[in-house]
Amino acid sequence: MAMLEIEGLNGWYGASHVLHGVSFAVEPGEIVALVGRNGAGKTSIIRSIMGLMPRTTGAIRFDGEDISRLKAHDRYVRGLAYVPEERRIVRGLTVLENLQLGLVADRKRIDEAAAIDEIARSFPRLKERLHQEGVTMSGGEQQMLAIARAMIARPKMILLDEPSEGIMPVLVEEMGALFRRLREEGTTLLLVEQNVEWALKLADRAVIVDQGEIVYRSDAATLLADKDIQERYCAV
Amino acid sequence: MTVQLIAMQLFSGLALGAVLIMVALGLSIIFGMLGIVNFAHGALFMVGAYAGLYVAGLTGSFWWALLIAPVMIGLFGMLIERFLIRPLYGRSPDDPLLLTFGLGYVLVEAVRILFGTDGIPFSTPAALRGVVNLGIGFFPLYRLFVIGVVVAVLLLLWIGLEKTKFGLIVRAGSADPLIMRVLGVDISRLWLVVFGIGVGITALGGVLAAPMRNVSPEMGTLVLAEAFVVTVIGGMGSLPGAVIAGLIVGVSVSMTSLFAPEMATIVMFALMALILLVRPNGLYGRAAPGL
Repeated sequence: MAMLEIEGLNGWYGASHVLHGVSFAVEPGEIVALVGRNGAGKTSIIRSIMGLMPRTTGAIRFDGEDISRLKAHDRYVRGLAYVPEERRIVRGLTVLENLQLGLVADRKRIDEAAAIDEIARSFPRLKERLHQEGVTMSGGEQQMLAIARAMIARPKMILLDEPSEGIMPVLVEEMGALFRRLREEGTTLLLVEQNVEWALKLADRAVIVDQGEIVYRSDAATLLADKDIQERYCAV
Repeated sequence: MTVQLIAMQLFSGLALGAVLIMVALGLSIIFGMLGIVNFAHGALFMVGAYAGLYVAGLTGSFWWALLIAPVMIGLFGMLIERFLIRPLYGRSPDDPLLLTFGLGYVLVEAVRILFGTDGIPFSTPAALRGVVNLGIGFFPLYRLFVIGVVVAVLLLLWIGLEKTKFGLIVRAGSADPLIMRVLGVDISRLWLVVFGIGVGITALGGVLAAPMRNVSPEMGTLVLAEAFVVTVIGGMGSLPGAVIAGLIVGVSVSMTSLFAPEMATIVMFALMALILLVRPNGLYGRAAPGL
């Protein structure tokens, strides 16, 4: 059974029809890269999966359950986490408080202190800054915090929107290692990326979206080797 | 004019400011979290005073009135949010503003029908009658009690907001509702509770104010104007701003009434204009949160 299965997804912003019959699946414990040009509809797909699009039709099944009518908060509680492109570190809250936000809806009775310790081990940069206001950190550190906040409640799947955008190369590499480790631990990842080469090196499979439609599916390695397809659908 | 007289007037200003703080806190909580300018707030203050009167009449105890009336009106506020305001989220900000504006009139008229148009005296509880010697002069015990209750409410609010998980959710939800939705928080339920708390605090202000003036259907009108001045001076949505501005306005009005009584009401508006000239968003102002 697929972890995430999308079938015939259509989405609208007001009168603007932006997603046209999108269908694809993500298997448990794999990384799928969702790539395409700017404005192709990648973020709209990820927002639809999370329940943030104003209007959608079609089926979204997560871990065997149809979640298409559920509100965003219920999707998180079922194990679907989301790291938005803008990171959305909450102003006025410390790094620790931002991490705690990931646990406020926890129903698995996760031990908060143990969870924070675990995060601090995975993100040594955050450990040093637990009592600093989150938004005062660098862009890369904020991205790490956003990912850590999404991970802390041990979700089954994480949706990541442009995690490498505007980040120093050394941090992008660290992030890649983290995603590989998460996959080994059984977490499923859907990665929306503009940095196509980096995403394809990480991912197991790739899906290309263009003008709100899925136009290509393959193994990540196959797409990585096919520069023509990359040029046609992903070139800026 | 003696130093003692000035000191006593200053203390009176603190008591006046304390009631204003209660009303302005409710306004600020609701605006800061929900982005709603609640024009029914003055009417809810008045309804709080009448609820206090009703409960005190029923139980014969001011203390029960002080406890039960704010909870009753807080729950009533939750019904208002759930059934009247919530359908308007996502629409023009004018819609909830117009709704609460109209609701204020409906509440005033409803109270006139139920309790009559004349003011009703609300007697000070026996235990809080009399005066206390503060060293600088004699001060009414009840006013000291009001200041004490407001300090206790502020302390509880601070602990609730800064030291509890619920407070963390409220602070984060007020800064960024969207991220709280994707972190598993049912933001509509949170807004419902926050609206109830904001209204309950205002109703508590109404019960506290009742023994210091007659309870009348119009008592919320001036308070609403004063509370708006306080929230604008403090910065819309800022809780520390509401506290500081409440004290500034209370003391300014009180001191002006000593030197130039005819200027007492005007002074707070002049103060507001002056502060807005220097700080257009108020003392602790910030932009309205997104819905």
